[in-house]
Amino acid sequence: MSAPTTRSVPPHTPYHPRWYRTHVSTYWWMQQWSYFRFVLRELTSLGVAYSCVILLYFIRALSVGPQAYEALERRLASPVLVLLSFISLLLVLFHTITWFSLSASAMAVRVGGKRIPGLFITASNYVAWLVISGLLAWFLLR
Amino acid sequence: MPKRPIEPLFWTLFSAGGVIAAFFIPLLLFFFALAFPLGWLTPPSYEALHHLVSLRLARLFLFVVCSAPLFHWAHRFRYTLYDGLQIKHLNEFINVFCYGGAIAGTVMSAYLLWNFH
Repeated sequence: MSAPTTRSVPPHTPYHPRWYRTHVSTYWWMQQWSYFRFVLRELTSLGVAYSCVILLYFIRALSVGPQAYEALERRLASPVLVLLSFISLLLVLFHTITWFSLSASAMAVRVGGKRIPGLFITASNYVAWLVISGLLAWFLLR
Repeated sequence: MPKRPIEPLFWTLFSAGGVIAAFFIPLLLFFFALAFPLGWLTPPSYEALHHLVSLRLARLFLFVVCSAPLFHWAHRFRYTLYDGLQIKHLNEFINVFCYGGAIAGTVMSAYLLWNFH
């Protein structure tokens, strides 16, 4: 038998790798409460950004004059903005609560070689929050 | 998400902004966006508030409170869009929108507070 002079390519299917991936719905976070809570926690950032914008508007109004300040207060009393502010407040509070719970896991504080329990870190965060809020309220309401 | 050398900076700003937002923003938002405009609490007079903000320390405080949480928002919102909506092809646009927005807000607050009179 003589060797073939040309190498013929036998018929074959070209290798085409495909990953096996189950399709993830865009609404995956609506299927389970814990997923939804995760996305809700991530969305608290919108409330944070809203608050920054409101504060910037207040600084601007204060800089412009008393009329601008009063106009801003009137505008913030409109139903749409009250609703937005209310939703933002709920989101920001959710951020604070989840952030304090998170800091217990994120901060490994050791005293004398022993790790301080997370509950203590979370509790001290709440105490600091109360003190700071009290100070701010005193500055603004006195 | 590709690894970039600037990524650690964004994470630092994210957590710093998160801390500042957690401690300061709830009360400030409640007072200025709800309690004062709706008359639940007597708002400070224009003169009193103006005097308070004209203090240098107060303006430094306001600059931190207005800028750092914006970077917190930028980072978190970017990942929310990434995880939640699976729109990888819009990554560049989302990054520019989020961090660009935070930078714009920071510049705006610096401008307003620097020129406060």
